[in-house]
Amino acid sequence: MKRHFRVWRGDATGGRLEDFQVEVNEGEVVLDVIHRMQATQAPDLACRWNCKAGKCGSCSMEINGMPRLACMTRMSTFADGETVTITPLRTFPVIRDLVTDVSFNYEKAREMPAFAPPPNLRPGEYRMQQVDVERSQEFRKCIECFLCQNTCHVIRDHEENKRAFSGPRLFIRAAELDMHPLDARTDRKDFAQSAQGLGYCNITKCCTEVCPEHIKITDNAIIPMKERVVDNRYDPLVFLGRKIFRRRGLDEPAPPSPARQPAAVVPQTTTLDEQGRLPLSEFTFERPGAPSPYGEDVQFPLPADGISYHHPSEERPEIDQARD
Amino acid sequence: MTTTAVRPARPGARAAISARTLRRDRWWLAPLLTVTGLTAWVVYAVVRVYLHKWYWVEDHHYLTPFYSPCITDRCVPDAAHFGRVLPGWWIIPEAAFSLPFLLLFRLSCYYYRRAYYRSYWASPPACAVPDGHKRYTGETRFPLIFQNGHRYAFYAAVVISGINTFDAAIAFRGADGKVGFGLGNLILLGNVVMLWAYTISCHSCRHIMGGRLRHFSRHPLRYRLWTFISRLNTRHMELAWITLGTLAVTDFYIMAVAADWFPDLRFFN
Repeated sequence: MKRHFRVWRGDATGGRLEDFQVEVNEGEVVLDVIHRMQATQAPDLACRWNCKAGKCGSCSMEINGMPRLACMTRMSTFADGETVTITPLRTFPVIRDLVTDVSFNYEKAREMPAFAPPPNLRPGEYRMQQVDVERSQEFRKCIECFLCQNTCHVIRDHEENKRAFSGPRLFIRAAELDMHPLDARTDRKDFAQSAQGLGYCNITKCCTEVCPEHIKITDNAIIPMKERVVDNRYDPLVFLGRKIFRRRGLDEPAPPSPARQPAAVVPQTTTLDEQGRLPLSEFTFERPGAPSPYGEDVQFPLPADGISYHHPSEERPEIDQARD
Repeated sequence: MTTTAVRPARPGARAAISARTLRRDRWWLAPLLTVTGLTAWVVYAVVRVYLHKWYWVEDHHYLTPFYSPCITDRCVPDAAHFGRVLPGWWIIPEAAFSLPFLLLFRLSCYYYRRAYYRSYWASPPACAVPDGHKRYTGETRFPLIFQNGHRYAFYAAVVISGINTFDAAIAFRGADGKVGFGLGNLILLGNVVMLWAYTISCHSCRHIMGGRLRHFSRHPLRYRLWTFISRLNTRHMELAWITLGTLAVTDFYIMAVAADWFPDLRFFN
């Protein structure tokens, strides 16, 4: 049976919704239909995908306005004759068609201080009880599809907040590490509030609604983190209790996040054809193999001065000393 | 012809989609129901609080939660279990001690925040629907930064739930001073049970009970408490609405019995 689809085609300079009549068979998902479009009508339709099993988080897009994984959206959930509209994620810059540039999320992830075990423990010596690490494990289910980041209105509707706000995916990372029984950092709550912009969240729970892994982002990560921040910053009773009973754990303020200078990107024009596009195959390419998915102008490892991440040992040299 | 992707010409430009939202389901229904439900309840509560009558059933010792504890000059002496300390000016509700704290508890509740940010403030009205505000700073500055004080409202709500429990308990005193039992007792009891369930399923309570710990294994009792509260906490939204219902029903029943619209259904005494 043929069904009507509208797919957004275009790039950063502009685009529009194009109509397609595509064959749909029983048991198919939206990603199958996109593949059929590519095979029969639009071979240059750009779409990012990988596992077709809801585990890689690549095929995030908006289907009838809702952020979803295309591989997990069954065609049978739509009414007969219903037009299915497929658009790229709105929150991130579009590269082409359904493919968006989600590097915002990776930049925010790099700013997050890494897991920091106690200084006297070496890898292989980590011991913890299941009951202690259980909460953190829920957040390890995250497949980084960035649907939560995309649907969060703090950055979806307010581009200017992207600088100050890390988003739900990074809040579950913050909660995961702050609740981790072996993480020795004590400034995570403060980092979440001052550098990640936890206070911007108004817990309207859309991140939880769209999460394909059904992580309880708001109830189990954001609200507990907000409460932990209250302990540290806003609750005079907790403050007094810690002073009177001399309890450890009144966190020192997090070091301010260093201003990030974006790495200067100089496109290597020699690898582009006269239309400014990368060559289609290696026959017309100057080197063997396919072009890099990151773009030929990106060199690895990334230049260190363009990254705002600092290894914990830089701030606390005693970690390295203790290990030696 | 097939082409491959290159870096966008204007980095940072989002897809130019003209429609503000492409959602076609009835996303407006949930905010509409929330506005209707909450507004109706608030109107009922305000009218009831400023009626200043029909709050105490003398024969069966029923006191409505909207007037508990009754602490103004106007209070019937038998209903004023905690003294009559405030003047009887009409603008002062009989329950001037409890109502402001209960209002704060519900206003700063993590569920109600979601509900009214979405429905009253449209920030956002529904997922993937634009919030329509020019600027957005969330709960980072005055006045919304005070939402962080939710746990203090929770402490007050625990005290007030205790007072409501006291009211429900003394309502078992029948007309002649012996134990009595009627439909009003059942309603008061049901209301108190639901109020406790709502109060302790609070996210702040969950945090206080054990959520703040890093090592559950060192605190087995608090871990069990946390597990119990967590289970209740998943029902926090339902309990928030159920308690609005039980409060209104309890108050209406006591108003009706006090105003002699219908008699209390007594099971004995």
